[in-house]
Amino acid sequence: MAMADQVASQQSFRLSMLIYDSRYRSMTIQVVALMLFMLAVAWLLSNAASNLAALGKPLGFGFLSQPAGYDINQRLIEYTSQSTHARAALVGLLNTLLVAVMGCLLATFLGVGAGVLRLSNNWIVARLMTVYIESFRNVPVLLWILLTLAIMVESLPTPKMFRGEDAEATLKLFDSVAVTNRGIYIPKPLFLDGSMPLIIVFFLSIAAIFLFGRWAKKRQDETGAILPTFWIKLGILIVPALLIFFVTGQPMALEYPELKGFNFKGGFHMRNSLIALWLALSFYTGAFIAEAVRAGIQAVSHGQSEAAFALGLRPNRTMSLIVLPQALRVIIPPLISQYLNLTKNSSLAIAVGYMDITGTLGGITLNQTGREMETLMLLMAAYLTISITVSVGMNWYNESIKMRER
Amino acid sequence: MSDLSYVRTEMLDEREPPGGETGFVKWVRENLFSGIGSGILTILAVFFIYKVLAGILPWTFQSSWTASSLTECREVIAHAYGEGTDGACWSVITERYKQLLFGFYPKELYWRPILAFILLGAAIAPVLFDKIPRKMLIFSAIYPFLGFWLVWGGSVWFPICVMLAFVIGYYSSVMLPAIIGSLGAVIAAMILPLIWWLFFAGPVSEMLHAIVPIGLTQVASHQLGGFMLSILIGIVGVSLSLPIGILLALGRQSSLFVVKTICVGFIEFIRGVPLITLLFVASTLLNYFLPPGTNFDLVLRVMIMVTLFASAYMAEVIRGGLAAIPTGQYEAAAALGLDFWKSTRLIIMPQALKISIPNIVSNFIGLFKDTTLVSIIGLLDPLGLSTGIRANQEWNGIVWELYAFIALMFWIICFSMSRYSMYLERKLKTGH
Repeated sequence: MAMADQVASQQSFRLSMLIYDSRYRSMTIQVVALMLFMLAVAWLLSNAASNLAALGKPLGFGFLSQPAGYDINQRLIEYTSQSTHARAALVGLLNTLLVAVMGCLLATFLGVGAGVLRLSNNWIVARLMTVYIESFRNVPVLLWILLTLAIMVESLPTPKMFRGEDAEATLKLFDSVAVTNRGIYIPKPLFLDGSMPLIIVFFLSIAAIFLFGRWAKKRQDETGAILPTFWIKLGILIVPALLIFFVTGQPMALEYPELKGFNFKGGFHMRNSLIALWLALSFYTGAFIAEAVRAGIQAVSHGQSEAAFALGLRPNRTMSLIVLPQALRVIIPPLISQYLNLTKNSSLAIAVGYMDITGTLGGITLNQTGREMETLMLLMAAYLTISITVSVGMNWYNESIKMRER
Repeated sequence: MSDLSYVRTEMLDEREPPGGETGFVKWVRENLFSGIGSGILTILAVFFIYKVLAGILPWTFQSSWTASSLTECREVIAHAYGEGTDGACWSVITERYKQLLFGFYPKELYWRPILAFILLGAAIAPVLFDKIPRKMLIFSAIYPFLGFWLVWGGSVWFPICVMLAFVIGYYSSVMLPAIIGSLGAVIAAMILPLIWWLFFAGPVSEMLHAIVPIGLTQVASHQLGGFMLSILIGIVGVSLSLPIGILLALGRQSSLFVVKTICVGFIEFIRGVPLITLLFVASTLLNYFLPPGTNFDLVLRVMIMVTLFASAYMAEVIRGGLAAIPTGQYEAAAALGLDFWKSTRLIIMPQALKISIPNIVSNFIGLFKDTTLVSIIGLLDPLGLSTGIRANQEWNGIVWELYAFIALMFWIICFSMSRYSMYLERKLKTGH
């Protein structure tokens, strides 16, 4: 063997060895592949450069600092039509994140609920969940978004209907929420002077809840004694904040929506576009999450729940203590991809006029400045960043709950 | 010693089980009211179902199927079911269903897409069901060109000349190894068809057409629309993405750093951005990346981007299949002396594809649903057409009927495909 190697290395290098000698072949293939790839990229880029030059649009991001000149009605940060295109893109990005986070939360809630209920012993509830899952999964999400918007615009009462003594429509939830076809108005918390201590106390309570939770778990691990953690946590959350609220003289108030003129004023206005997008995305993604949850639960061996029953745990506690924690390991990876899908599908906002980043940067800014190349590059970069961040974060979480093999 | 124990000698008659333990009552008790929570859920569910049905059923059936405009339809419904009845105007569907199915495809040529669709069934049958003779696969190979010709029309020689490139590629890979060695043959099999396409296919097909003019009326891409367009984009996307996806998946598994990096970069890039941004690229940007003066139509550009999009997802599906193959299979193939391509083609891929078929089908369902996005960049898929119909004077103000029809069509197609994939999953499960 050693002899053969020696003989081989003593032989002079021939060109054909680049192909037929396995020592060099992989290198040859890689070099060729790299060269072809570079050639293709160079070809595309030179085409793009000459095309852009012919149109007199050299690549440049200067347009971002020019005033945008259009208005965005749904915004989380200060923005006027005099703000720059970059600011508009940022408003859009925040809107994307807003609907994505809201959507992920609601979709998880719906999905876990529907997935668990689909396996319930209750015949009619299980069938109902099957109908929900199959009908949402098999119809395009764009159609659901448009349909939800249509339902909101066409079948909810107009602000006019709230007028008069015997109005056709009334405010919901103790006269605090106005559901109209122009959007939903909910009470807005107003922070008056002296509300700072209240906010600080509130955040301190949240921190205290975490600390208490860890302490209670440690205590249970050591002594086996179980505390009624839920009620204590609820108490920590509410009682100090309530005390401070009254001690400092009620520094917080709610601003209720009121019918003024042709429309509601005051309160927090959630626009139809946001709600339609949010609900449709959540219900659609929820159906997929439900399937993932169901698969996860079914992946937990039947013996586990039988053993739990044998220990005398009731079905609810069996589900929450034995089955779900084990199913979670199967559920998390598809859940990650569903969150990513929801975030990417939020770009369909453009169909209902919700100004997310596709609507601002990839929509109006693109059309106004005519800078397709730059805006689409930025748009894709923004989505890539979000996707990679979410998947890195969720993968880290997945690692942390993974079964420790012994 | 006498026997004191008392034993009955005759049995009691069998008694009926208690009323609550048989038949319907038992079923209801066990399946609907097994506990307080379950009972509450049942009542809520029944209430919900009642509410939904009470809203939808009268609307669905107190309807008009024949009116020619929305006002007429409202009058007909008011006349038949009393003033103020809210009924569906299904007549919009009966009047416009052809448009929703075919877009603005010329009416007298409807037989062409229909024939293409029927032949599509024949072409994919040997792929889907293994009872069909293998010879049919030849037809599956010819079908893409036949389907293209049927839908777009034009000279028959053009698709034939394009197809010839594959024949050239095949024969050069079979005949040439004897002359210029196997590596040269592989390179020739890739380069010769390209040369044929770039320099000869166009002129030769024109020449042949001048000699033997066989052709169909040409239909422009902007006339395609409706479900035909959705199905077309979906089929093109999934069938082209399969080979690209296989290559990408192999590249991602490869130990060659450069190849792997390129593949991973491509896959993660495509999977990280929404389809709509890629469609924007198709509608505004793609022409920039081609030589100055190139301009081909939007449908084709959309198909290119959809194919790229689908192939990244396909690659991940196939990677899942590859990952499920035990290492022993690779080792056994290597032990038999098979090289990489032979072992991939004969041992690994058949198994990996078999495992991934259900996922490929669900991938296709997703892609098919995503074709509705093309309405955003102005193509006339069913949703795009529905906007047009609603803007029409006669049907201005109609909403639910169109959405219901489109949703139902999508539901039927996607649901039957997902059932098929579940059937496959059961059939392919050869383990225990």
